[in-house]
This record gives sequence, structure tokens and C-alpha cells, in this order.
Amino acid sequence: MASDARQGVTFFARNFSAAPLRAVSPAGLPVRMRGVAKTYGGRRVLRDVDLSIEPGEFIVVIGRSGSGKSTLLRLLAGLENPDGGQVQLGEIAPRDAGENLRVMFQDGRLLPWRRVIDNVALGLTAADRPRAEAALRAVGLEDRAREWPRVLSGGQKQRVALARALAASPRLVLLDEPLGALDALTRLEMQGLIETLWRQSGFTAVLVTHDVAEAALLADRIILIEDGRIALDLRVDLPRPRRAGAAVAEIEATILDRLLAAKI
Amino acid sequence: MDTRKAGGDVPSPPELPSLFKRAFFRQFKLPPWVLTWIVPGALILGWEVLSASGLVPARKLPSPHSVAIAFWDALKSGELLQDVFVSTLRAATGFFIGGVLGFAFGLGAGISRLAENLFDSTLQMLRMVPHLALIPLVIVWFGIGESAKVFLVAVGVFFPIYYNTYHGIRSIDAGLLEMARIQGLTGFSLFREVIFPGALPSILVGVRYSLGIMWLTLIVAETIAGNSGIGFMTMNAREFMQTNVVLLGILLYAVLGKLIDSVARLVEKEALAWHPTLGKA
Repeated sequence: MASDARQGVTFFARNFSAAPLRAVSPAGLPVRMRGVAKTYGGRRVLRDVDLSIEPGEFIVVIGRSGSGKSTLLRLLAGLENPDGGQVQLGEIAPRDAGENLRVMFQDGRLLPWRRVIDNVALGLTAADRPRAEAALRAVGLEDRAREWPRVLSGGQKQRVALARALAASPRLVLLDEPLGALDALTRLEMQGLIETLWRQSGFTAVLVTHDVAEAALLADRIILIEDGRIALDLRVDLPRPRRAGAAVAEIEATILDRLLAAKI
Repeated sequence: MDTRKAGGDVPSPPELPSLFKRAFFRQFKLPPWVLTWIVPGALILGWEVLSASGLVPARKLPSPHSVAIAFWDALKSGELLQDVFVSTLRAATGFFIGGVLGFAFGLGAGISRLAENLFDSTLQMLRMVPHLALIPLVIVWFGIGESAKVFLVAVGVFFPIYYNTYHGIRSIDAGLLEMARIQGLTGFSLFREVIFPGALPSILVGVRYSLGIMWLTLIVAETIAGNSGIGFMTMNAREFMQTNVVLLGILLYAVLGKLIDSVARLVEKEALAWHPTLGKA
């Protein structure tokens, strides 16, 4: 089973790398959070978070549900404002990031009344339509361009959502548990796809997940959030593309130990 | 059902309703549109028979063929087309004015909390007033001319369109709006890509509902006063005890109403092609 899945990943990595998303990589956007705090209705969801992300880094934020990891992502996206501290994306504030910033959501959030290609092109000018077509090609769905989203499978919908997030060549891509609702095999394929496109395009990636294996497979750095604080900041220096093996398992064990220790 | 794909050794389940289905209608292989007309056809036939036998007095309820004659006479004299045209024009004018205003206010209340707070509760209150109760006032304001009828239709049409536009916008998935903001949509592009298409199913429900109200209002308004239109035609005929013309007017309302509803359905199917249940198959 494990070896099947591994083949799936390498197969997709090879398959998709045939269609580069863009010729020139944009520089990834650096991220800096300083002393960030967020409170919802009297409950402190995040407190005193300091986090620096290098341009082009792949960060995986992991934590239990309710740990504040999604809030962290929403602050980076400018969908929420911090109650304290500061969030900077390079020189800009998240709300002014414009095309520099895109988000891929867990539930896809495709417009049901727009065809697949029009969903990918959402927010692009008419002149930029070729970029949407290129993005759709990069996720291997160019032949579904004229379909309604509702006829696609869950995995295909998420590929469209990924294409939409990447079409404007953003410098920072935030992924909010984008694979949480997918079956195990599709998830492995998507992980391979995300990694491939990230390596081609050079954007900074912040992926929120509760899947320890996903974190170990994709992350340059794993940030573990516990009770609204960064409890662990773990660098993962393993060659890519990674496969399930002893080295990855060791990373997983470290994270799991930490997560479970917090419970007791 | 294709049982071959299931491997061949799976017995196909017995078709339970087959006895009934084959029993009667199936053997004629009638297309659905024929089936649709069986009941109305039988009703008209029975009615004709009752009238011919004298069981139903012609003064109370004229026979179908005398309605057909009235139709033919009115068509020949040109009065019929004239009256239908006048009524349709009134309906369309009132619908347009009420629809545009209803949409504009619904849009305002839907996208702006300020606008919602300003006028929504007032409009919800007015919505509860049957607009036909305004007739005495409307006659005082406008007399019995064209504007009175158009005004009544516009008022009747306004509320369903207002409410369904407002409600349609408010029930758009907040997640989609958030996504649209991330994709950089604002102002008109946000309206065109997310707000309008998202509210459209609800708006079209309002449109179809208000089309019914439009006819109802027009019938009442034309019956009360006027010197043209289908309603006038029927009231005038009543004066001379021409019950077949009265019946003709009623049938005209039914046919025109059904026609307009069919058009609205067609528009709905076309505009909501993306929708799993409302759109085209």
C-alpha cells in the first residue's frame, strides 16, 4: 500500500512538471509576524506570536483543532486584523497585498455559476486569460475547462482551486487545510502536485494542516501551534520529493510526541 | 438498467410496477404532451355535452363553442387584439417600474447594512398590506386612468422582487465573498461575478411570483374602471349579458398568464444552467 502511494506521488510529479506554470519565477514574499495576538469574544486564540518566513520557504503550520492555526493563516491573508502586534509581508500589509497573495481554501470555494476556466480566471483581466489557461494546464485539467464545477470530483475541484490560487503568479500562497476533505490517495497526488508547482514557481507557501504525515512530506519548516503559541519550530532538511521512509517517519514521530505530550 | 456490467451472475430485480405500467397507457405509447391534454380535453368535451343537453343554462355558463364563436368575432373585429395589446402594455409597464425599483432597493438592502437599517423594516411592514387595499386611495390620487392601473401593478410587483433580491443576496455563501475578496474583486466586478449570479435563483423566484401578482392586479384594476383592456371587455360584456365574452376574457387571462410563466421558466432554465436542480439537464 505504502509503495503504491509512493509511486502515485512520483508519477504525478513527473506528469505535471511537463507544463511549467511560468517561465520566470517571481521572488517569494517574506513574512514577518511580531508579537501578534488575536482575541475572539474574550478568548485569546493567538498570543505573542513571532514568526519570520524566508522568501520561497514552504512552511507547514500544524496543530490540533482550535489551536489557532487557521486564525494565523487568516491574519496572514488579511481576512482578520490582529488585536496586537504586526503582520508584514515584505514591505506591505496583508490587506494591500493584491495579486501578491492568494489563498486556497479547504472547501474549494469555486463559484458554481462559473465554468471551470472562468473560476480559474477570477480576478484576472481579459488580457491575462492565457495565464488562467496555463494554470489549468499545470494542474492537468485543461480538458475540463468548459465544465461546471459541480460535475468534478472533490480532488478535481481542489485542483481547480489550486489553479485559481496560482494563476496570478502570487508571491505568497496560503493553503488552509486544502486536502483535509480528500481521500488518502488523492491527497498524496495533490501533495505531489503542490510541491511540484511550488518548486517551479518559487512562491512562499504557508500550509495549515492537522495531518502530521503531510507536514513531514512537504515542509521546509514545521510550526506547531499549541494554545495560541508557537510550541515548536522544526526545520526539515530532507531531499525532495520525499517518500515515506525512516527519515520522514522520525520527523512525524517528533511532531506526534509533542502533540500528544500536550494532551497529558 | 444495464445488468451486464454487474457481472452477469447477478439476477436482475423484478420490476414491480411493470404490471400496472403496461396495463393501459403504455400500450398506446402516447407522448407526454398528449397525456397533458387528456384531462383538459375531457373537461371541455363534458362541458359541451352538458350545455348541449340543456342541463347547464347558457345564460349562466355558455357552451365552449359559443366561447369559440365569441373569440372568432372579437378577433375579426380587431377588438380582441386591441384589448390584449392594451392589457399587456399596462402589465409590462407596471412590471418594469415595480421590478426595477424592487431590484434596486433589494440590492441596496442586500449589500449595505446602512440601507438595510434605513428602510428594510418599513418595507417589510408595507409588504404586509394587501396592495389592492390601496384602490380607493389610488383612485383619489390618479383617477381611473392609465397611471392608476400601472401604479397598482408596480406596487404589487415591487415587494416580491424586493424581498427575493434582498434575501438572495443575504444568503450568498460568505465563504465565496471572502474568496472573491482575496481574488481582488471589488465594486462592479464583485457584483457581476458573485453577488448577482449568487442571488439570481432567488430573484427569479421573485420574478415568477410577481408575474402572477401582475395579472391578478391588472384584472382587478381593469374590472373596476377603464375603457379598454381585457378586464373592460369582460365588464362591458356583463352589462349585455354576453356571458360567453366574459368567459373568453377569463380564458385569455389564463392563456396569457401561462404563456408568460413558460417564458419565465425558459429564462430560468437558461440563466441557471449551472444549477443542479433548476437548470437544464
